[in-house]
Amino acid sequence: MTTSNRAAPKTPPVSAPGTAIAVVGLRKSFGDHHVLGGVDLTVPVGTVYALLGPNGAGKTTMVNILSTLLTADAGEVRVAGHDVRRAPGQVRSAIGVTGQFSAIDMFLTGRENLRLMADLSHLDRRGAARDVAALLERFDLVEAADRRALTWSGGMRRRLDLAMTLITRPRVIFLDEPTTGLDPRSRREVWDVVREQVADGVTVLLTTQYLEEADALADRVGVLDAGTLAAEGTPGELKALVPGDGTNLDDVFLALTGHAASAVDPADPTGAVAPADGIAPTDLTEKETTAR
Amino acid sequence: MMPTYVVRDSMTMLRRNLRHLSRYPSLAVMLIAIPVVFLLLFVYVFGGTLGAGLPVHGGGTRADYLTYLVPGIWIMTVSSVANGTAVAVAIDQTGGMFARFRTMDISRVSVLAGHVLGAVIRTVLALAVMIVVAVLLGFRSDAGLPGWLGAAGLVLLLAFSFTWLTVAMGLAAGSIETASNTPLVLMVLPIVSSGFVPTEQMPVGLRQFAEHQPFTPIIETLRSLTSGAPVASEGWFAVGWCVVIGAVGYLWSRRQLGRVPTR
Ligand SMILES: Nc1ncnc2c1ncn2[C@@H]1O[C@H](COP(=O)(O)OP(=O)(O)OP(=O)(O)O)[C@@H](O)[C@H]1O
Ligand SMILES: [Mg+2]
Repeated sequence: MTTSNRAAPKTPPVSAPGTAIAVVGLRKSFGDHHVLGGVDLTVPVGTVYALLGPNGAGKTTMVNILSTLLTADAGEVRVAGHDVRRAPGQVRSAIGVTGQFSAIDMFLTGRENLRLMADLSHLDRRGAARDVAALLERFDLVEAADRRALTWSGGMRRRLDLAMTLITRPRVIFLDEPTTGLDPRSRREVWDVVREQVADGVTVLLTTQYLEEADALADRVGVLDAGTLAAEGTPGELKALVPGDGTNLDDVFLALTGHAASAVDPADPTGAVAPADGIAPTDLTEKETTAR
Repeated sequence: MMPTYVVRDSMTMLRRNLRHLSRYPSLAVMLIAIPVVFLLLFVYVFGGTLGAGLPVHGGGTRADYLTYLVPGIWIMTVSSVANGTAVAVAIDQTGGMFARFRTMDISRVSVLAGHVLGAVIRTVLALAVMIVVAVLLGFRSDAGLPGWLGAAGLVLLLAFSFTWLTVAMGLAAGSIETASNTPLVLMVLPIVSSGFVPTEQMPVGLRQFAEHQPFTPIIETLRSLTSGAPVASEGWFAVGWCVVIGAVGYLWSRRQLGRVPTR
């Protein structure tokens, strides 16, 4: 999306200027299953925060609470200057969410899906038509645009989902494992989109199981393990926590939590299994970090 | 949330719903076909025998049975369309669309408005088809305009109530299969009412159930209205049941909409 048609921030922060997301003492349980056990984090405006964690760490639960879908049991959560519990409407008008699984209307075409989001965020007709066209172009979906999403591939659906989030012009974006299941080229496309958004002053909180994704994109990384932040810092700071050179975040994760990060089978926390989509994270690391 | 946006967002959702209908008419056609098949089956296969058993002097004819059956078939039509609503709602719930809408600044009423208004429009279309089919088969009515207006009002009230009930069923279902199975009870209940045969001809236990379940007063009221007969106290029961079913469905829907689907 180009910067020219971006509207002014819909909801200027009412407190703690410069802070897009503020979480203090966040707790959440489902029955007697404690999923989040007191999480604190702060994300400045215009930065990327990566929540890194294995399956079941509580990443999606975090995103659901920050995006007003779930209510926390305890703790303070402010997004775009508003309390998620007291002013959910104001939070919602400032955020955009791409969940872990594509949430698109399979019976509509790609263009109609984008139009639906534009209508629901009350964009004017002409501006909406222009944004729809620009986003289809940006995400390489022009050819398929007038086919029903039912006939699209999984990767195309993920990209449409992200485009649907961007068309509402959010100031804070939540991306729950945005690149899981994408091929390397689409993954880099998504990374570029995140960087463009941040360059426009948008704040991004994303979750990932891929260490090099956090390394490539994030200003700060929080390592979520069993519902608490086992460590937090810049990618460089986290690497410095572990002695020795050539350290990567894999070693950090192992050192901090006692198990590997990527796609850990909860039944077998000691075994590092290949990521589910078959893309070895290390394949990307070199290309991406050198390209940066 | 400004009131003008509630209306505007509801219309956006209704447009989406009608677009689904225009893109996939086959599902709607099937849901209308089910009560049409029941009508043909009961009139032509069982109608001669069942007509003879009607409590009119000297026993009735197939034509008498058609007149007797039509109100029950209307109810079945409403149930059938409502079944489709549960499925459509379950698709949005399990597919994450409702969760997506809930992260946007849209009122809860608007989120469901597309399904509710769309369902009422589908029901009206389906009932129009049923009336035409019944008239082609020989259905005639002695009722005047007030009777027909009353009948239309009652059927619409029932459609509205069933829509909210099946919206809740669709939200609660957790899977599309469950969503298409749960509302089948609304298809079966009219058979165990005064819709297909007079309750006096049922065995005692069944008869007590049939006489006291919601469909019987609704069907009896429709029968009186469309035959030009005066409506007795069953009219109040009919309206009362519709209001109760609708209120339960609405409150249950509101609760269910807060759930985050787990995958
Ligand atoms: N609605 C719910 N009811 C009960 N338990 C839940 C619910 N939602 C999540 N959980 C549990 O909470 C824990 C954290 O789940 P969550 O989805 O937040 O993890 P995650 O980090 O997103 O995992 P993944 O990488 O697999 O997406 C899991 O053990 C999960 O089973
Ligand atoms: Mg998750």
